Amino acid sequence: MTILAFDWGLVIEKLILIAVVVFGSLGIALYTTFGERKVAAILQDRPGPNRAGPFGLLQPLADGIKLIMKEEIIPTAANKWLFILGPALAMTASLMTCAVIPWGSDIELFGRKIALQIADINIGILYVFAVVSMGVYGIMIGGWASNNKFSLMSSLRAASQAISYELAMGLALIALLMTTESLSLKTIVEQQVQGNWWNIVYQPLGFLLFFIAALAECNRTPFDLPEAENELNFGYHQEYSSMKLGFYLFAEYINMIMSSAIMASMYFGGYDLPFFDESTVAPNIAAMIGVGTLLIKIVLFIFLFMWIRWTIPRFRYDQLMNLGWKTMIPLALFNLLITGALILANL
Amino acid sequence: MSTVDILFYLLSAFAIVSATMVLISKNPIHSVLWLILVFFAISGHYILLNAQFLAIVNIIVYAGAIMVLFLFVIMLMNIKKDAEPQKQLLVKLTGVVAAGSLLTLLIAVVKQTTQIQDKQVLLKEGSIGLIHPLGQALFTDYVIPFEISSVLFLSAMVGAVIIGKK
Repeated sequence: MTILAFDWGLVIEKLILIAVVVFGSLGIALYTTFGERKVAAILQDRPGPNRAGPFGLLQPLADGIKLIMKEEIIPTAANKWLFILGPALAMTASLMTCAVIPWGSDIELFGRKIALQIADINIGILYVFAVVSMGVYGIMIGGWASNNKFSLMSSLRAASQAISYELAMGLALIALLMTTESLSLKTIVEQQVQGNWWNIVYQPLGFLLFFIAALAECNRTPFDLPEAENELNFGYHQEYSSMKLGFYLFAEYINMIMSSAIMASMYFGGYDLPFFDESTVAPNIAAMIGVGTLLIKIVLFIFLFMWIRWTIPRFRYDQLMNLGWKTMIPLALFNLLITGALILANL
Repeated sequence: MSTVDILFYLLSAFAIVSATMVLISKNPIHSVLWLILVFFAISGHYILLNAQFLAIVNIIVYAGAIMVLFLFVIMLMNIKKDAEPQKQLLVKLTGVVAAGSLLTLLIAVVKQTTQIQDKQVLLKEGSIGLIHPLGQALFTDYVIPFEISSVLFLSAMVGAVIIGKK
């Protein structure tokens, strides 16, 4: 029997890692919804959720129970299978990104060297792009299957917005990849750990463009036109109720966490704690410090997302398209040219 | 049977079933979704060949971008199931004969090709599908065809803009 002749330790180790990462992200997403409401409350000078548990800390649990207890409604004119497939796809696509994010340096456990990354693949960052482009289907299928013209219009908006901003995002990223000469996220982070500077120093414009595109990809304000309630009632998830609606709302928060993790890894050193020499402590402790550092960076990015959401009003649709095609893409191309010239001049 | 063999047969079955579903689905939206699954199965085959770059580009370009455009068009056309034109029996029969002969021809050609006889596919190894060797090949040996095809894309883009302006 050669069928089962592979390293079972590796399989078990990866399964545990996947479970930890997936449930960890779900847990963080749960508390991001709470964080969002608290941040909104602080910015608007009101107390925010403070009834369930101490400081309102049990609020996400109460919200979750409320969503699950609601009646499931599938409209009679809806396409039943696709109506269910929509939120499932949205959730799957947003969770799949976590496979290539390096969460920390290697740890040693039971004599095995364990990498804190589910898959270190040659094409790391392209994989993220592929998954992001799959995320559009969740919205499109859900919007179309609802058989509601507002949902359909909203899902078309979401898809065209995602495609437009993916371009600028890719172009901004190419400039970074030219300097790192690798697509593997692990290699990119390691370069920043060993080198003196984080990539943000080399690619400030590229990061700005990437950040704006990430806001648009996550459908966050000021780019939340797919959910523009004053024009489209409630957007693509208008016909959804109960946990299927919860999945759509939740997927947005997971997207936010994953894009924060990607931005932290690509431009802000990933699990690198600045001014700290990791080789002075035991490898396991260094790895734990790294995981903690990355989580703090992610939380800071999420706070930035929320800060922007509760400060800036929503764009008009033509403004959004103009920004994407006539400002971001030319700027990204300019950034690409400058980077290429600097690399040629060996600076 | 090694793991790779098992994966190969699973992916092949997956691809063929999905491709059949593309043809027999009455609803055009369902056809598009099955076609996306076909692209995924083909990407799986590329990964078995260790052509990671090709696999992911297949997903980004075909499953991610082109199929979204297909969905756009079909969703906006609002095709009804019963409004689909029914072809005559004779036309259907001609189609079957034509497609069947093409299939026979293709199989015959593949079987006759001497270059691929008694050759084993490199499974799980070989680095030509990874980014570095592929980039090297594209920008040294095949630089002229590569550049010419990019000019072709540029002209298509200019054409699209001109049509859009009218």
